[in-house]
Amino acid sequence: MYTFPFDSAETPQHERLGGKCTSLAIMTKAGAPVPPGFAVTTDAYDEVMRGTDLFENIEALLANIDINDVAAVDQASAKIRDMIMQQPVPSDVHEETHKAYDELMQLCGGEVPVAVRSSATAEDLPDASFAGQQDTYLWIIGRDNVMQKIRECWASLYTSRAITYRKANNIADEGLSMAVAVQKMVNSRTSGVAMTIDPSNGDRSKIVIDSSWGLGEMVVSGEVTPDNFVIDKIMLHPVKTIISDKHEELIPDGKGGIIKQEVDEARRNKPSLSSEEIIAVARLAKSAEKHYGCVQDIEWAIDADLPDGQNVLLLQSRPETVWSQKPAEVKYTSMGSGIEAITTSLMAQISTDRAGKTGS
Amino acid sequence: MSQKRKSFDSPYDLAAPAGAEGWQELYPYNMVFRDNLREKEDQKFWFCDSQHWPNVFKPFETIGVEYAVRCLGAYNTRHYIIPPANGIEFRIHNGFCYMSPVGVAPELIADRVPHFLQRAGHYFQNWESLLENWKKKVHATIEEMDAIEFKALPEMVDWADIESGAGIDPTAKMMADYDRLIQLCYRNWEYHFEFLNLGYVAYLDFFSFCKESFPNIPDLAVAKMVMGVDSVLFRPDDELKSLAMLASNLGLGDVFATKNGADDILAELAKTEKGREWVTAWNNAQDPWFNYTSGNGFYGSDVYWRDHLDLPMGYIQDYVARAVKGEQLHRPKDALIVERDRIVSEYGELLSPEALATFEGKLGLARIVYPYVEDHNFYIEHWTMGVFWRKVRQLSRVLHGYGFWNNPDDMLYLTRDEVRPVLFDLATGWGVGADCIAPSYWPEEIERRRKIVDALATARPVPAFNEPPAEINEPFTIMLWGITTEQVAQWLGSDDDDPNQLKGMAASPGVVEGIARIITGPEQLDQLQQGEILVAPVTAPSWGPVFGKIKATVTDIGGMMSHAAIVCREYGLPAVTGTGSASTKIKTGMMLRVDGSSGTVEIIG
Repeated sequence: MYTFPFDSAETPQHERLGGKCTSLAIMTKAGAPVPPGFAVTTDAYDEVMRGTDLFENIEALLANIDINDVAAVDQASAKIRDMIMQQPVPSDVHEETHKAYDELMQLCGGEVPVAVRSSATAEDLPDASFAGQQDTYLWIIGRDNVMQKIRECWASLYTSRAITYRKANNIADEGLSMAVAVQKMVNSRTSGVAMTIDPSNGDRSKIVIDSSWGLGEMVVSGEVTPDNFVIDKIMLHPVKTIISDKHEELIPDGKGGIIKQEVDEARRNKPSLSSEEIIAVARLAKSAEKHYGCVQDIEWAIDADLPDGQNVLLLQSRPETVWSQKPAEVKYTSMGSGIEAITTSLMAQISTDRAGKTGS
Repeated sequence: MSQKRKSFDSPYDLAAPAGAEGWQELYPYNMVFRDNLREKEDQKFWFCDSQHWPNVFKPFETIGVEYAVRCLGAYNTRHYIIPPANGIEFRIHNGFCYMSPVGVAPELIADRVPHFLQRAGHYFQNWESLLENWKKKVHATIEEMDAIEFKALPEMVDWADIESGAGIDPTAKMMADYDRLIQLCYRNWEYHFEFLNLGYVAYLDFFSFCKESFPNIPDLAVAKMVMGVDSVLFRPDDELKSLAMLASNLGLGDVFATKNGADDILAELAKTEKGREWVTAWNNAQDPWFNYTSGNGFYGSDVYWRDHLDLPMGYIQDYVARAVKGEQLHRPKDALIVERDRIVSEYGELLSPEALATFEGKLGLARIVYPYVEDHNFYIEHWTMGVFWRKVRQLSRVLHGYGFWNNPDDMLYLTRDEVRPVLFDLATGWGVGADCIAPSYWPEEIERRRKIVDALATARPVPAFNEPPAEINEPFTIMLWGITTEQVAQWLGSDDDDPNQLKGMAASPGVVEGIARIITGPEQLDQLQQGEILVAPVTAPSWGPVFGKIKATVTDIGGMMSHAAIVCREYGLPAVTGTGSASTKIKTGMMLRVDGSSGTVEIIG
């Protein structure tokens, strides 16, 4: 009950998983290939806070605080967060979290870095406190470090800003809880973007993929000329392929940083996606478009740690707004059907067919 | 560094293989590149049609290309007056067939339009009833042809003819029958194109609309939207599958597993009631479905099921073994229809209401006319030509019986017009009561010709002659022969190209890896092992039964609508067609990766 794998067969409950984990679980269930991971549920938080006298002690500390006294709030916040960090985690929470972590590592074929993020249950907290930088921890390796970051997420409910916000809006801390997402860091062997429209002509029967080695930032920023694949959306057949010289790539240094390196000679002019992967990315873009009901612009990655068939990951999907708003402007040679239309078609061949010799 | 060539060699500069000198004399004078026409002939771009004629012609066998391509042209030029297109010129060079499409002078095109509207319009409007009549006409021709019998001349004129005062002898009938056989063949080749060209233009109208709506839409998508799933062309193979299922259901699997050859199997089956039930079904299937060639109908050596029952029986044995294991033999027709409807609706959803109406209208017409494009092949190439070649062989054997040549089928080394004086030679010898001249002339002459034909067969044909147009956009050339600008460029190619990579048409989707098996003729089909990749200059639809065994197909020649492409799509196998040189570059035993979605073949080991 303290953890919930994103691919669990159970129905995700928002009040136990928080917004972020619920949406990851729903996406996973719908077949969207998000990086694998698990939630540490609000039950775990509640056990830590209320299974001990921690919550009572915090309430006592905040009982008479003046939110206009910034120094006092800061001091209380620091004290509370320290208390949360010091409070021993109850053993069943501890064990279950470790088990979920070990299972995730097993899927990834060994110990790999994860991201630890808070997943708030309350919709009315300020954006920054549940989607911001301060409670997102990237490239965390090892289960003790992960446990540490989970507690930091819990503690982030008591930043000065969060305390002030709740007091100012009369939101009681009584029902306050927090879930935490532990999710595999994407180890991009190849990444890029895909659009469910051909941006060169607005043709909605195509999916266009830009792809390069390593992390996707260089594709997005245009620092590298990516491979370009055009795929027919209905048939899922490649119709055009341009392999570029991909001279540089961004890769994780394994310590939470990213390094830029030159791509070795052997790889720079090789396709950054196999034919199967091209189709898998196209399929992903197509399903995102189907799911959202409009033309999509997705970011995706091929994860080097995950097994084939599970290694194409969706990082982001958003509506494409430029081309999909314009009506398609096709100039048809021959509208209608039947003999007149056929004749019009045939006559149109003449202008283009004369490249050869004229018959006599 | 090598330079890309701009032009292919002139046919006049390409010498014959050693031992084939003088080959021109084997063929009709109007079918070879004549020296005094060099300037004119070199103005034209010629491409090799090894799709229909993958092997060297024996002289008699030019009848196929002469009748087929002449009649194709006549329908464009004289029947329907297709505004921008006349027919296709054809020549034989070093034993192989070369084609050059003939356009219409621009100033003449507009005047042709009203005629085309009236004539083609009439056919489109009355398609179903005219086609019904077509089947009757074609069938009547076949029946008439089938009734012709060539047999040795009697010792003396029948008493009945004396008694009735007939006044003529059987040589008159033999000569008339021969002429009639040739005329009937010509007649069904005319019928062959009565609907075909119109089927293609309607298909092309839809095809062009799809290309405009969805630039670069795979040709395969268009084919799949139009394709029928009940083509008559697949019926013979379906019959074999049904017979195999019946054998399995009747519990006769053992007979097919332990006996070999049609005679032995049929004899064994005749011993039991259930066996006899099966034999009845087998007999019923033969007419007309065993009028089916393992070749393509254009060669006298084509093996027709009806004449070689061991062949369909062998296929049935394979099928029975699979049926007994509980395998589903029949093509997944329902799944094919579901997939076809999915494709149509997904493309349709992307169109404006006005464009959607056009899309549906053109698709509707294409679906009415397109079945003919597949079905006619059974009626003409298989059925008509099966009967035709049987009669030709029958006559050849009669004449062989008179010692006119050394081997039963040697008449194929004569042109069809050389046969008429031979028949009169027989009539004369028989009538005069003296020796015919043929036995002292033809055996030696045929041996000379056989050496030339054999020598021609030692070299594969070059893909084209002379300078190609800057861009090939004549849609028939692309669709039927798979000859595109890129393809021609590759034929001209430089030496820098990756020798382990071949490019062709993405004819049927899917990616597989497997061992290559080169098959250059139907007689080699039994060499194919389960799970191999079939690599051939060209395939025939009647190779159907082996498609259950193989993983993919690669051909030298053929477009999206080539037989290999159609069959592979029906069987759900990847296919790359029109590679130009797969059957010479790839060797049996090589490991291949065939990508039928992108049209590439890679030699990976």
